[in-house]
Amino acid sequence: MSSHAIRLDGVEKSFGAVRALAGVDLTVAAGECLGLVGHNGAGKSTLMHVLSGNLTPSAGTLSIGGAPYSGSWTAAAAQAEGVRCVFQELSLCPNLTVAENVRIVHRSLKGLGWKNRARALIRQKLDEIFPNHGISPDDEIADLAIGQRQMAEIARAFTVTDGALRLVILDEPTSSLDAVTAQQLLAYVKTETARGTSIILISHLLGEILSTADRIVVMKDGKTVADRKAADFTRNSLVAAMGSEAREHRRGEARKASEEVMVRAQPRSGGTASLEARKGEIIGLTGLAGHGQTRMLLQIYERRQAEVTGKLAFIAGDRQSDGVFNLWSIGRNITTRSLSALRKGGFIDLAAEERLAEEWKVRMAIRTPDVDNNILTLSGGNQQKALFARALASDAAIILMDDPMRGVDIGTKQEVYAMIRAEAEKGRTFIWYTTEIEELTHCDRAYVFRNGAIVASLGSDELTEEKVLQASFAEHAA
Amino acid sequence: MNRRLLRQALPFLTLAVVLAATFYVQPRTMSYFGLNLMLQYAVPIALATIAQMFIITVNDLDLSIGPFVGLVSCVGATLLLDNPLLGILALLALIAAYGAIGALIHIRNLPSIVVTLGLSFVWLGIAVMILPSPGGKAPDWLKALMTVQTPWVPFPIIAAIVIGVVVQLALMYSSWGVIARGAGGNPKALSRAGWSMLKTKVVMYMLAGFFGVLSGLALLGLTTSGDAHVADRYTLYSIAGVILGGGEFIGGRVSPLGAVVGALTLALAGSFLIFLRISPDWQIGAQGAILIIVLALRALVTYGEQKR
Repeated sequence: MSSHAIRLDGVEKSFGAVRALAGVDLTVAAGECLGLVGHNGAGKSTLMHVLSGNLTPSAGTLSIGGAPYSGSWTAAAAQAEGVRCVFQELSLCPNLTVAENVRIVHRSLKGLGWKNRARALIRQKLDEIFPNHGISPDDEIADLAIGQRQMAEIARAFTVTDGALRLVILDEPTSSLDAVTAQQLLAYVKTETARGTSIILISHLLGEILSTADRIVVMKDGKTVADRKAADFTRNSLVAAMGSEAREHRRGEARKASEEVMVRAQPRSGGTASLEARKGEIIGLTGLAGHGQTRMLLQIYERRQAEVTGKLAFIAGDRQSDGVFNLWSIGRNITTRSLSALRKGGFIDLAAEERLAEEWKVRMAIRTPDVDNNILTLSGGNQQKALFARALASDAAIILMDDPMRGVDIGTKQEVYAMIRAEAEKGRTFIWYTTEIEELTHCDRAYVFRNGAIVASLGSDELTEEKVLQASFAEHAA
Repeated sequence: MNRRLLRQALPFLTLAVVLAATFYVQPRTMSYFGLNLMLQYAVPIALATIAQMFIITVNDLDLSIGPFVGLVSCVGATLLLDNPLLGILALLALIAAYGAIGALIHIRNLPSIVVTLGLSFVWLGIAVMILPSPGGKAPDWLKALMTVQTPWVPFPIIAAIVIGVVVQLALMYSSWGVIARGAGGNPKALSRAGWSMLKTKVVMYMLAGFFGVLSGLALLGLTTSGDAHVADRYTLYSIAGVILGGGEFIGGRVSPLGAVVGALTLALAGSFLIFLRISPDWQIGAQGAILIIVLALRALVTYGEQKR
């Protein structure tokens, strides 16, 4: 009597010589929340694109609601069957309003008064999932903060017009959400599955998966390698199944800080407290997402009302819009920050450029056969590594990081954390905005932001989730 | 939020300033007859600008619209006059050709600038083959339509408002228009939602062709005879009009009403410069200067908006 929402049998997909999916069997029961985890390059994204009709598998069958799907499974067919996907990189049109973006996924929103229906639809869903979201249906997407955009896109995926909602795929849905909205979403996932909708939740935050999913499927090398009830997994067994050993988080032992102050800046957006970063320090910026941390980084980068001694490099968190040069090779993407150092007689020394790219490919362990390949041939995590390589290969003494680990897998993260530590030992200064409280354990000190101002400065011994949340919410708690 | 309003009002303010300046320099233009005379050529420019706007909406650029308008005027002054049925078929074929070009550009992923630059010579060549030297005759109904005397408000103003409002409703308020603009804003998102980018692009190119045809016919009704080179300047006018009206080259941000206002501004600026006795040699430069000033103002407004 297994009533499944969607089922894949022996699905394969190859891109040239790369086998992204090597025979995947996957069943999602109606009203079930399925957690999907795996390293970058394990095939999760490919699988999602197959499910949402954006990629045609090379082999295998897809059945929906119990019967094999006849006809070609396209994006339009997936929409019609009630399969929606919230992709990791946002799929909203920035030039349209929230309500207009709703229209794009609902063919039935047309004729007189369609806009009012779209407004009501998204407003009701936003209110339901994210109370106090502060988003108006008439806001243009480009004017929203990245967290709000993600909220709008998630809410959009759950709106229903004609035809029931069958399956919603959430690919790293909380990557740009702060702790509170992430909790709201995870709570809503439970409400929605109780109504009979199936949900596939992909996340690198294992706690999220463990607490929310009914069942967890682990992917590795294009195959599913484990498929058990969520209750049967622990954090360690999950990580073990993915193929990397769980490491105890190393608490940043207090290193003796240098006296040399590299950056001193007071947020222009408010408050009187100021930030100070000394040579060789890793400084964390935290608090709820979008409370002035990125603005602080930009203020330092632009040296506005900030005393900065030393050269700067910036690692963007929003890879798609601020990070990679889509048309360039991996090598070019790495060396672009160092071009002035690579000059010889007014021209770029191509041999030196090649050497630098090769060196950093090896040091960052970027998984590619050739640095001359286009940057987009890399998985998201490896693209981010290339951006780290860009900053670290440069002559910058101070590295600014704008939540750079968004949607990066655990293995990559561990490698990059180690790299940051090593570079800090060598005397580089890191200022690191992060939305993941766990990452603060790598920092020597952290500043908590609220409403654009610094409200707390925590030393490494005080850096606990509780303290950070307390400082982030102090005003509301009273 | 006032700045956003300000940015949207900028095209209208520009028009008001140019209009006021014209009235100041030459008070006699402040009459039914004066306005009619000054603005009648704004109608074909506005139509060509709308055509260009459809292309810009999907992140492309049409460098062939000027010669295309010229070709339409030649077809109108010959075929359409001698054999209306054949003439209409020829014009429909031209619109279909625009659609085919849109499909080609999309499927082969070609740069629209290169394709349309090449096409501009094709259109010009065909037009010269039809009418080697200026001549032919506009159909009488076209002449009558373009010189109609409407009560109270001159025809060009009514025509401009009608064109602007109709396209504004279709592109900015209809559910179809959302898809068209979305195609410029994030093509990937659109195809992920199951829309055909090919279909969208073909429709937009055909709309551009349709408005190009309207522009050519409107121009023919005013000039009364065909000329392959009559609209060579329209290519740049139309691009300038879209940008002046608040549009942007990429990202699906356009404003049909703004584009029409931009076209009116450009047409008026021409008259204004003549009243100032600026030699025609300098006029293009002076119009460019106006464009730069307006864009600089817009950049200032936008900059202030981001800074907040």
